[in-house]
Amino acid sequence: MSNKLHVEANGVTKSYGTHLVLAGVDFTVKAGEVSCIVGPSGSGKSTFLRCLNALESYDDGTLLVEDRHVGYEYRDGRYYEWNTKQFAQFRSRIGMVFQRFNLFGHLSAEENVACALVQVRGVAKSAASIRAREELARVGLAEHSHKRPHQLSGGQQQRVAIARALAMDPEIMLFDEPTSALDPELVDEVLEAMKELARQGMTMVVVTHEMGFACEVADTVHFFDAGVIVESGTPADVLGNPQRDRTKAFLAKVL
Amino acid sequence: MRTSSRPKELSGPDGTPVPVVALKHRDRWIVGTLALVVFAWLLSTLATNPNIRWNKVAEYLFFPKIIDGIWVTLTISVLATVLGLVLGILLAIMKLSHNPVLNWLSTLYIWFFRGTPALVQLIFWYNLAFLFPRLVIEIPFTNIGYFWNTNDVMTGFNSALLGLGLNLAAYFAETVRAGIQAVDKGQTEAAYALGMTPVKRMRVIVLPQALRIIIPPTGNEFISMLKTTSLVYVVAGNDLMTNASQIYKQNNLIMELLIVASLWYMVMTAIATFFQSKLEARYGAEAVRLVRRPGFVQRAFLKRTAQPAMGTAGITLTADDSVTAGKDLT
Repeated sequence: MSNKLHVEANGVTKSYGTHLVLAGVDFTVKAGEVSCIVGPSGSGKSTFLRCLNALESYDDGTLLVEDRHVGYEYRDGRYYEWNTKQFAQFRSRIGMVFQRFNLFGHLSAEENVACALVQVRGVAKSAASIRAREELARVGLAEHSHKRPHQLSGGQQQRVAIARALAMDPEIMLFDEPTSALDPELVDEVLEAMKELARQGMTMVVVTHEMGFACEVADTVHFFDAGVIVESGTPADVLGNPQRDRTKAFLAKVL
Repeated sequence: MRTSSRPKELSGPDGTPVPVVALKHRDRWIVGTLALVVFAWLLSTLATNPNIRWNKVAEYLFFPKIIDGIWVTLTISVLATVLGLVLGILLAIMKLSHNPVLNWLSTLYIWFFRGTPALVQLIFWYNLAFLFPRLVIEIPFTNIGYFWNTNDVMTGFNSALLGLGLNLAAYFAETVRAGIQAVDKGQTEAAYALGMTPVKRMRVIVLPQALRIIIPPTGNEFISMLKTTSLVYVVAGNDLMTNASQIYKQNNLIMELLIVASLWYMVMTAIATFFQSKLEARYGAEAVRLVRRPGFVQRAFLKRTAQPAMGTAGITLTADDSVTAGKDLT
């Protein structure tokens, strides 16, 4: 594991109107590290994750992802806001998996994976569909490549979503509660795909309620509450031996 | 019919099968018969009316001038609908744009073209020469270019096309906007997360899915356009209605030629309705329901299928009905 920082956040804040969602988040992710973010609903963990690939803007603080200041370019003593091309170029190297899968409904599984390769990377269609089938095979869906999202189970859809993100060769993968919308018996197949990814050394930030997954896979666990990280550390420390009362109270409810 | 699947017998109190007596709908028979009598009477007054010369209707039904008019009506309908659809999509994208100028212009367009009668717009385009006697295309600040006499350009046909097409665009923009907004926001987020630009997201991800919702009502717009073209009558566009009127002004067979025109409009509508139902089947009932209330046939049909579930003898039917209801939703 190198010491390169993939994410470096210092005092990141965000508010919706008068409601403070992020109240100064300090957070780092090293290369090859799996970082799990846990905490109660509404604590700002999803919002923070969405800030990492600029799907949400932030109000203050510094946020560096892949050595780029998210949303702004520093030049001649000023921050210049990104244009749409810069946003697109930045996001194309960051994989994101959503709670509700968000597969493109009008495309087959294979086309879902190949789509961005063709449209964003400019890969030829034939090469993109070969790559798409490889990625689908990696998540165990080789024989479902021609199916539309509505013909797949939730777990299968989420695995297609993972394959879609991986096909872009991302530097880092973001997971926004990837198993929360799944029937309980489908959770494991998605977690298995994520564990395999972690074993291969992918840098991952995972917002999750799956404490078992966090214990097993995470290098660091961050406990979010009321827009700040209350406690960070190894899974054994944060989940096994929490120091703060808020962490203890939350874990008492979910474990 | 669905009612035939009702059970002939059910197991009785002692376990042995007991016959079921079907409910006789006497009220339906009585009301239905009365309605039929009134309808037959109306039909007979028309058919036996000595003032309508049915042989003249038959004579003019395939009259060359009438057939020519049908082609013009069809051409104007198709071209004006295409113009309306393309412009409508453009207007909808402008309206959803973050650019306040485009947004405002689109709102103004829609307000203007929905706020003025199509008839007024038709006459306006036809008389454009009063405002601009010549239409000029030239390179600015030079004399290099080309000009047309406005009256040569704004023929009945062309002003009909413009008037009806621009008018439809204003209405259709709202349908397209609803279609685009009905596409789940998650689709946009996923497209952005993969590194697509807003334009690519709209073209590759959102519009193709919005089409599912947008396409079915285009059939409706076309059917309505077929009949709206009769307004072309006022600018003498040589469409079906114009030609029919020119004939009856000469021979005074007003009712007969109106019947001829009506018959052809009905034939065209019937054919268009057939294709529309194909279109709706292709793009799914769910999409259709989003933009259009069910028509008379669907309403009547749905009512009939829904009734057994409400009845007391409908126990064995509920499973069957839920399957049909499920099919409607997929």
